[in-house]
Amino acid sequence: MRLIVKGAHLVDPAQGIDGVRDVAVNGSTVIEVAENIETSSGDMVLDARGLHLFPGLIDIHVHFREPGQEYKETIASGSRAAAAGGFTAVAVMPNTNPVNDNAEITRFILEQAHVAGMCRVYPVGAISKELKGEDLASIGELADAGCIAVTDDGMPVSSSMLMRRGMEYAKGFNLTVISHCEDMSLAAGGCMNEGEVSALLGLPAIPAEAEEVMVARDIMLSRLTGARLHLAHLSTIGSVELLRLAKGYGLNVTGETAPHYFTLTDEKVRTFDAVYKMNPPLRSAHDMEAVRAGIQDGSLDAIATDHAPHAGDEKECEFEAAMNGVIGLETSLALALKLHFDHGVDLNRIVAALTCGPAAALGIPGGTLGPRKLADMTLVDMNEKWVVTPETFYSKARNCPFAGMELRGRVVRTITAGRTVYKDGSITAVNMGTAEILP
Amino acid sequence: MGFVAKDLIAIEPLEAADIIAILDTAEGFLDVSRRDVKKVPALRGKTVVNLFFEPSTRTRVSFEIAEKRLSADTINFSSTGSSTSKGETLLDTVKNIEAMAPDILVIRHPAAGAAQFVADRTSAAVINAGDGRHEHPTQALLDLMTIRQKKGGFDGLKVTIVGDIANSRVARSNIFGLNKLGAKVTLCGPGTMLPNKHEALGVEVTSRLEAALEGADVVMALRIQKERQSTPTFPSDREYAKYFGLNSQVIDLCEPDVIIMHPGPVNRGVEISSNLLDGSRSVVLGQVENGVAVRMAVVYLLAGGVAQ
Repeated sequence: MRLIVKGAHLVDPAQGIDGVRDVAVNGSTVIEVAENIETSSGDMVLDARGLHLFPGLIDIHVHFREPGQEYKETIASGSRAAAAGGFTAVAVMPNTNPVNDNAEITRFILEQAHVAGMCRVYPVGAISKELKGEDLASIGELADAGCIAVTDDGMPVSSSMLMRRGMEYAKGFNLTVISHCEDMSLAAGGCMNEGEVSALLGLPAIPAEAEEVMVARDIMLSRLTGARLHLAHLSTIGSVELLRLAKGYGLNVTGETAPHYFTLTDEKVRTFDAVYKMNPPLRSAHDMEAVRAGIQDGSLDAIATDHAPHAGDEKECEFEAAMNGVIGLETSLALALKLHFDHGVDLNRIVAALTCGPAAALGIPGGTLGPRKLADMTLVDMNEKWVVTPETFYSKARNCPFAGMELRGRVVRTITAGRTVYKDGSITAVNMGTAEILP
Repeated sequence: MGFVAKDLIAIEPLEAADIIAILDTAEGFLDVSRRDVKKVPALRGKTVVNLFFEPSTRTRVSFEIAEKRLSADTINFSSTGSSTSKGETLLDTVKNIEAMAPDILVIRHPAAGAAQFVADRTSAAVINAGDGRHEHPTQALLDLMTIRQKKGGFDGLKVTIVGDIANSRVARSNIFGLNKLGAKVTLCGPGTMLPNKHEALGVEVTSRLEAALEGADVVMALRIQKERQSTPTFPSDREYAKYFGLNSQVIDLCEPDVIIMHPGPVNRGVEISSNLLDGSRSVVLGQVENGVAVRMAVVYLLAGGVAQ
């Protein structure tokens, strides 16, 4: 039996498609994409006229906190938030407790994802044991167990030599190295961007250069080692320029940014509300413009949320004492679309940064709807307006800095492996494997 | 013109008229401290809680004397260390104190924004007695009061602030206040102690003490805040005193009637020489006296009193 998604406006940048298409699915795989697919009596037909259809969205930077901090988020709750946000695949960062620095933890994550996951969950392993930046983690075993990349996200690798070794070693196992770029000594425990606002507020501040010097270092180390490097959560003018430079050199370097960096600036910190605290911090308006331009010209390959759930009391405290991070899975697409609606960014660039861009950066499947590709799809009503209400989120956490914002463009259905996991505001299954094929 | 607000968290959001109203009210309270019976009944029946999360002697004493001279019931709560190390969160502390229905909270805290955080979560009036490196509004008000007494006004005054500006909440509050009142502010210190984006502050910046002092009407030396430095910002006390310390020689570059100020406590012989500190141009003790009057005025106004 085939599922035919009929009449939607397909945007699939990897194939250069931007128009009305029918998509035929058999089981978990796409079999045909065409302007008109004849249906027969055995087919299940999903009438998607008036909707936009994207390849299933991919978020390559999320924190699901499991194992160890299940009070913040779990693989079950996080992946539900993903499905509700239109994401069919996520890459989970290794800074769990215990750290995902060995195959046992990787297998645990994959098992949890199998039992309770609503989307594909790709584990990312650690570069160093316990993220301590001292000894290499068991990167080969991590790769064998299913990790698709390695990173010490959250605890940047300060030693250039260890980063070199990590890149050389990971390269042999065909893993991308994801770098959280931050010179910790220069950041010096700061909690907001260094700039005019920090000059007024007196909060300990982190200069843009704390990010940029490490972006520069890691680009050079990628040149030295030939390793595939992906730069996480870029937030500054200099970082975007350095990424462009690296691509100009022909290096195997990709980069991502997050919705908060192209939506908000450090002006928000004037409230001393820690919902605006994350690392890297919200930057200046000039940086925000540079990030938008980087998405428009394709220098930035991916939009990733850095979805970082925290409990209420971890944010409702002194700004300096609050935890870093914001949640983003249930707002990412609409914030990205805002770039299109309000700031003239090409829709194809936005969709690429949410689909084929991140897939290519980490070498994972999906991101396009060609024949024999994964039947992962996101159906979107591009005209529906909605107000961000964190209380209604599927995520356990409420640390969303976009509460109250009116956004345009809403996910109406998320289909993973040919099965509908989210439809019209509701999760429709216990897990991805038991979801139904729905018209 | 009055000053009506729930809280006093910072100088930055105030209007010049607000500042003048507070200073005028403070002038009226100076007299109370000079009487035989140093008490007025203005705040009888009001409860003021002094919440000090950071060591302080002079600010706490100044507030307490001010509150007592207004006949308020005062309670001191001291606790050092951040909320995370202490076990109880700032939010819990505030909720507990709120449950006891105080009228005014005076808060000093090592984290910038802590006073705002508390003010947003209590119906009591909140007075910021210093929050991290952010602001110390009553210190700036007493400094402004002292300057006005000595100079008659602010328009066109050259005020030079020397020292660890980047780490100083006193400097930040004074800069905002002086700018609003029409003074010209020059900051001086080693590059490591100057704020990076000083354009936002609307000030002149130099690392040459001579240039900073030339023609100054008011010079304010700041305490070297060793406790707020994570990495060294100057080589030694000796070198600091040589290039940035105020002494009787270098001060001659200022206007002849210059006044010398310091928020205390002083590192004698480092940011300022003893000769200068104890000399005729120093107004340091006048600052302290004004401190009580300014705090009486702020407590009085936030408790609903009418500006004078």
